[in-house]
This record gives sequence, C-alpha cells and structure tokens, in this order.
Amino acid sequence: MTPAEYVIVVGCGRLGSRVANFLSRRGKSVVVLDKDESRFQALASDFSGFKIQGDAARISVLKQAKIEKADFIICTTHEDNVNLFVAQVAKKMFNVPLVLARVYDPQKEELYSKLGIRTVCPTDIAADRFLEMLVFSGVEPLENKE
Amino acid sequence: MKVMLVGEGKSLYYLSRDIISKGHHVTVVDNEPEECVQLSRELNATVVQGDGSYSATLEDAGAIEIDVLLAMTPHDQDNLVICQIAMLHFGINRSIAMVNDPENEEVFRKLGIPAFSTTGIISELIEQRLMFDGITNLSPLGGGKVNITEVQIREDYPVIGKALQDISLPENSLVGVVIRDHETIIPRGGTALCNGDRIILITLAETLGRALKAVTGEGR
Repeated sequence: MTPAEYVIVVGCGRLGSRVANFLSRRGKSVVVLDKDESRFQALASDFSGFKIQGDAARISVLKQAKIEKADFIICTTHEDNVNLFVAQVAKKMFNVPLVLARVYDPQKEELYSKLGIRTVCPTDIAADRFLEMLVFSGVEPLENKE
Repeated sequence: MKVMLVGEGKSLYYLSRDIISKGHHVTVVDNEPEECVQLSRELNATVVQGDGSYSATLEDAGAIEIDVLLAMTPHDQDNLVICQIAMLHFGINRSIAMVNDPENEEVFRKLGIPAFSTTGIISELIEQRLMFDGITNLSPLGGGKVNITEVQIREDYPVIGKALQDISLPENSLVGVVIRDHETIIPRGGTALCNGDRIILITLAETLGRALKAVTGEGR
C-alpha cells in the first residue's frame, strides 16, 4: 500500500474544518493548523489527523507541520493575506506540489493567479451562482452577461 | 522623491517625520482612524486611512506616482502582500518590507521582496557592541541554560594580576580556559590573569551578568 497523501489544512473555521473532516474520512493524512485552539472543536469525532495550534504566518509553525513533506496544502483562514503568504511559502520555498488558497478579494485573486497561486474566490463564485439562478428563474438575462 | 509608508504606531510617525525632514514627499497609509487624525495634525504629509493590502487603498493614496514604498505593519503577511501589490500592480520597484519575525527576512527575499528585520539589526548591534568590549558570547548550551563566553582581559579590569582563587566569581561560574599569547592553559586556583589574556568563562545563563561584572569591574 502506498502511504496516504499528506495534507495540511491552514485554518479550522467553517471551511477548513469541513475540508479537513472530508479528507480525513477519505483516508488522507491530515494536519490542521489554527491560531485558536478552540476552533478544533469543529472537527468531527472521527477526525483522525493531527491538530497544531500556532500562527501559520510563522515559518517555524509551518516547519512543525512538516510542510516540506506535504503533498498538498489548502489555505482557508479568513485573512486573505495569511492565505497568500502561506501559499507562496509552500510553493516557492518548500515546493509543495499542489497549493490552494481562499481569497475573498477578487482583485487579489487576479494578481495572485498571475503569480501562479491557485485561488478560490467565494465572492466570485457566489456572484456567478446568484446570476445563474436569476437567469434560471426566468429573469431576463442581465444586459452585460452574454 | 515620493515615499509611501504603510504601517501603524509610533515608529510610523517617527520614521515619516524623519523622511519628511530630509525633504521628501511622504504619503502615510494607516488603518487606524484615530491614528490618522493624529498623524495628519502632526505631519506635513498626505495621510490616507485604509488597509494598505488592498489595491484600491493604494490607488487612492496615489501609489501610481510613488518612487519608494515601505511596508512596516506588525503583520508580516500584510507586509508581503502590500509590497507585492505595490510592485506588480503599481510598478513600484523599490518596495521594501520590514519584517517582524527575523526568519521571514529570508522568506521575503526568496519571494523577491527586499526585506530587513529590526530585531535582526538590533541583535547585531548588541553583538557588535559586546565584541567591541572584547566580550564574545560563544555558544549557549544545555537549551540556553549554560553560557560560554570569551572575555579579553584589559589593563583596567580589577582582576589583573590576581590569582583565580582570589577573584570572587559568583556561584555557578567558572574560568575554564585561559588563552595567553598562543598558549592555552587550563587554570588552577593559583593561575593569575594578565593584560591581554583571553579567558573562557562558563556560567549559567542567569549568572553571566554578575560574572562579567566581577571580571570587568562594577561600573560596566
């Protein structure tokens, strides 16, 4: 059997804990990082990974999480800048093969996708979905949407 | 030259004042509304309130015309993003970050952002100052509990000419080695210290200060 893929999830809020629970159930080896220890309560009772309390914007904390061994890292904190910092460190310094970051600000998303950081922007996704649903509900197609 | 400083707190104020006094045009970006009111009263500078890690804030602050940007917030992740937006979005090639965690100096450089760490600079200054006094901290051992320190004996030190047994070192400290010219001596109680000797002092971390005082004299 090949060893389980090693995943680091940064941030254990609603999004991070959900992703971590899911991946842990799928048999991945998961480490969750959060500044606030009480956030780990959001993890499911069958979560089998590790939890590390610490500020992910510090290299020593990332090293403690063995970032150099990670197969992928998902940055989900509610601070765009922390996510972008960790994502760049993971990609440029530790050569983590797959790096994903949540970024709320669409303008930052644009800039960082140019730098090769793969981002997910909830604002864009929600806007697209809303507009799609409007069209499906029979509202006239919005003018600037072709 | 047009300089933009992004940060907060007292160091932002003092640095801005300094740069203004050298004849440069300064724009300050600070996220704290009250600080901004104060800064605009006290500085002859353009003050913009907002989060400098948003390109919209930097644009409002006139980033497009800036020659040099310094990001000095207390959060390194913000400083990184500020400098990257400044460089990539506004073409401010001279964007410099002040990092808080000395380890991040290297990180920023690898990511292409010139950075310096004030902690690093201060610790270097202290080191140099001690070197100047002929005192070098060689290495902390035992998880930082034990210090090995090299001290150059000078003629104005009270221990000159005294045998080790007559020098009242504090408890938990010991002169382990005396280096005289090119000779290395493991001293005994009767060994006397001469001008120019270098001694290796072994102490616990908390006794180092008192041991140094005993060797170099009170007033230091």
